[in-house]
Amino acid sequence: MKIVLDRGRCTGLGICESLAPDHFEIDDNGDLVLLDEVAEGDALAEVEAAVAGCPTEALRLEH
Amino acid sequence: MGGLVVVGASLAGLRAVEAARKTGFDGPITLIGAEEHLPYDRPPLSKAFLAKEDTAPPMFRDEQVLRDELGVHLALGRPASGVDTRRRTVRVGDEEYGYGALVIATGARARTVPGWDTLRGVYTLRTLDDAIAVRTALTPGTNLVVVGAGFIGSEVASSARDRGLTVTIVEAQPTPLVRAVGAHMGAACSSLHARNGTTLRCGVGVAAIEGDGAVERVRLSDGTVLKADMVVVGVGASPATQWLAGSGLTLEDGVVCDETLHTGAPGVYAAGDVARWHNPMFSRHMRLEHWTSAAEQGALAARNALDPANARPYATVPYFWSDWYGSRFQFVGIPATDEVRVVDGDTDGAGFTALYREGDRLAGALTLNRPRDIMKYRRLIAGESSWDDGLAFAKTRTT
Repeated sequence: MKIVLDRGRCTGLGICESLAPDHFEIDDNGDLVLLDEVAEGDALAEVEAAVAGCPTEALRLEH
Repeated sequence: MGGLVVVGASLAGLRAVEAARKTGFDGPITLIGAEEHLPYDRPPLSKAFLAKEDTAPPMFRDEQVLRDELGVHLALGRPASGVDTRRRTVRVGDEEYGYGALVIATGARARTVPGWDTLRGVYTLRTLDDAIAVRTALTPGTNLVVVGAGFIGSEVASSARDRGLTVTIVEAQPTPLVRAVGAHMGAACSSLHARNGTTLRCGVGVAAIEGDGAVERVRLSDGTVLKADMVVVGVGASPATQWLAGSGLTLEDGVVCDETLHTGAPGVYAAGDVARWHNPMFSRHMRLEHWTSAAEQGALAARNALDPANARPYATVPYFWSDWYGSRFQFVGIPATDEVRVVDGDTDGAGFTALYREGDRLAGALTLNRPRDIMKYRRLIAGESSWDDGLAFAKTRTT
């Protein structure tokens, strides 16, 4: 699955980073950096939690 | 089994119905909400929503999605009035809904002070309707008095300053935010007000809000009189449990639950601001009024209610954020009091990190404008890191 980020919605709260730190990191400016755009295998569950946990619905997964 | 009934149509309630469908539950779902509105998001109401007159209400889902895609029966506009845990029914006025599984997610209600709301121009801020009323009143040149220097009051003050109002905050406690972040950091956070042109008066109560039909002035307990065209009362929220009186559920500052969010009554779980549950991460009961826990508890409460044999505990490191004057506070963990240490930056400056110790454990972290660091502390706390590990990590973050 590919992670799609809507930068217009993201406000850099970082909940995704706390749930899936191999895929998401907030930088010093408060902007989200996608460390890995692809989520598969064991990592998929934590990325799905990160997508569900985003308060601004800025993340989604697509095939 | 019978259907799922969710009482409370805000974030936790919405996540409950969505999670139920995601698990494959295909029975009837009823979502009961006191307000007429479809579920909407609350954090923006005291932030971005107040900034501009034309910002759209932060609705979560279209009615068509809820009704047709999720197959949810919406019972909005009237509050639930009672629950019978023996007969497994929820009462809404003269109607009754039977349930196999019940999620209680009625949230919290803004506290008010009796008699204060009889004047025009006196507001609380909890609901979308509240926010629309406050936003309409935030016109440049208005004298605003905010009662309570908590997060909601501070966010309102910040938004009002942005819009050109003259703002005074009155806080009864000598230091604001003590319960949320401790005394030392409460004072540090609150220093942003003076730096941004908001007057903050602490340790003084409000004796009376006066006016002829509409508010004109606020009289303080020390005799000071503040001119006021508008007052926002932000003195916290109380869990909405009145409707559960006599239900047999344990009500102690919220609906008391075990670590799986189970209330003890068959099929009845609770989630969000109304739930006081046992958080295994810190081995204590907690009631949080945070976005993240409301969302996660809502989803888990529905899953557990529909499959109690496989119920999972809800363990979390609490997280909240607050935006003031273009700065962002973020807090993770609990505001432990054994020690609070500033490990980065300066509490008088543009940003800082403070760590909280409980015994030899890293228990909490507060940052101002340190977005890259806060979630790394959340993970350390979730991993039950020691205080020394927290300090060692902090050293790697400062250059």
